[in-house]
Amino acid sequence: MSDQVEQVEETVETLHGCPVVYSRDQKVLLVGRDQYVAVVKALANDGFEVCIDLTGVDYLSMPSRTLGAGVQPERFEVVVNLLSLTKRERIRLRVQVPADDTTLASLFDVHPGTEAHERETYDMFGITFDGHPDMTRILMPEDWDGHPLRKDYDQGAIPVQFKGSHS
Amino acid sequence: MSSVISAGTNEGGQELQSRSDLTAKELFREVGSVLRLSESEAAKLAEVQTEAPEDQTMIINMGPQHPSTHGVLRLMLELQGETVLRCKPIIGYLHTGMEKTGEALTYMQGGTNVTRMDYLSPLNNELVFSLAVEKLLGIEGDIPERAVWMRMLLSELNRMSSHLLFLATNGMDIGAVSMMLYGWREREDVLRFFQKVTGLRMNHNFIRPGGLAADLPAGWREDVLNILENLPSRLEEYDILMTGQPIWRERLQGVGAITAREAMALGATGPILRSTGVAWDLRRDMPYLRYEDVEFDVIVGQYGDAYDRYAIRFNEIRESMKIVYQILDRMPSGDYRIQNKKVTPPPRARIDESMEALIHHFKIFTEGFKVPEGEVYVGIESPRGEIGCYIVSDGSSTPYRMHMRAPSFVNIQALPHMMRGGLVADAVAVISSVDPVLGEVDR
Repeated sequence: MSDQVEQVEETVETLHGCPVVYSRDQKVLLVGRDQYVAVVKALANDGFEVCIDLTGVDYLSMPSRTLGAGVQPERFEVVVNLLSLTKRERIRLRVQVPADDTTLASLFDVHPGTEAHERETYDMFGITFDGHPDMTRILMPEDWDGHPLRKDYDQGAIPVQFKGSHS
Repeated sequence: MSSVISAGTNEGGQELQSRSDLTAKELFREVGSVLRLSESEAAKLAEVQTEAPEDQTMIINMGPQHPSTHGVLRLMLELQGETVLRCKPIIGYLHTGMEKTGEALTYMQGGTNVTRMDYLSPLNNELVFSLAVEKLLGIEGDIPERAVWMRMLLSELNRMSSHLLFLATNGMDIGAVSMMLYGWREREDVLRFFQKVTGLRMNHNFIRPGGLAADLPAGWREDVLNILENLPSRLEEYDILMTGQPIWRERLQGVGAITAREAMALGATGPILRSTGVAWDLRRDMPYLRYEDVEFDVIVGQYGDAYDRYAIRFNEIRESMKIVYQILDRMPSGDYRIQNKKVTPPPRARIDESMEALIHHFKIFTEGFKVPEGEVYVGIESPRGEIGCYIVSDGSSTPYRMHMRAPSFVNIQALPHMMRGGLVADAVAVISSVDPVLGEVDR
């Protein structure tokens, strides 16, 4: 059995040292946390010059999901969509972020356009991005407690937070 | 009580009392509130510095309640005199947690949620959501031809209505108020057609996973032709009114210019990216629906300024009209939704005669249909740029995570770069040229 697994892993397609999987025919790169910025830089040199989207997912209630290529799933995931205008191609990066250390390097130096996306991801999931110039909330009020898009964020149990209203 | 003057109103005579009847408090408020001082006297008294030191800057807030910030956008501006040095867009005033709401709604109900994001192009929001769900279901290739072409028709008409509203608001922000009236009027023509087709002027929830909610009504072709025939002469009128007009040019040319490199680094898409000379339009470069079968031009600018962005949107209305004419010629007959029992509710007539159909109908609308586990990202060209939908499914009938890549959210990041070094008065023109929709910025 273990031999079979090893064989499967050997045939996995890789790009810049990261395993490539396909989700509904869309190319997905499973990137480790430590190689993340380097891989995005390398991809930018390959022609993926625009970072279209960056967002997070909280997989709290899907702990045993399979990513393929033997990558260990973690609670949080940062999903980055890159676009190549010259090759007319998209590629998606999925970075696993563990629940006990929700930090990730910022892409600000490579793609300044991720500034708002990273702030949104911080606001909604509490994932902080090292090297981001302004790691503050963007959509929620500055003094808000919690991160609304986390799966363990209570819905409907928060007190009304505006002055003078009956709660 | 002696009445001095009596004025007749429709609520009877209103008597004005004589001044001597005023109470001391009222008299004090009237007399005490007026500064009775000539300007020259005031200038002598004041020790206000009229010349501000060169290195002194001021931070002022513009918005969120400012008519020209297109909703509830707030800008924190650092000014030196009249010049904008730095600026920070502050958003979130319209945040209603639509991505969170999307996790509680079934795929069938999701359309009602996403359609309210970019409220000026609701059909494009529904389209991208439906395309993403169909890709997850693996039925994207089985959508009937008529449904695909109907989606294109609605999407293009929506692009026209959105750009017409841009012309209106852009005109208003620059001071061409008559254009505002014309733009709203033309948009209303398109919305009237949408109302006939979908039942609603906005927030249609008409494009749904698997196809559309209903077929086109009788007489739709004449209605579309009516719109298409009325528009060209009116567009020419607006061309005369604005495009060549010296004041218009002075206000827009060279204002808020960015380069192609900046636009790409900031992730800006749509007319902003195209204004810098990058010919990037998802309809042509990564075709979805049947855009590869229709002929149209991608309009690009050269200078990346507000004038280019205006001209691009103006001409995109004409390109959309070109596409709509081709759609009218080629609109196939057939079904308007996929006949897949998993996704499509049975027709109304079947419910009366079949118990299974009734149960099936009930289950689709209460439980929704289940979507296999997986994640997809689909991006299409909305009037404002690339609108993308990222959906993660855990195999149930509601999305595990539904994220919308909103073009305005990304595009307003370009505002500080466009405004730097410009005048405060130009800030309004720059915001207007980016054409943000705050409903989609904040979601």
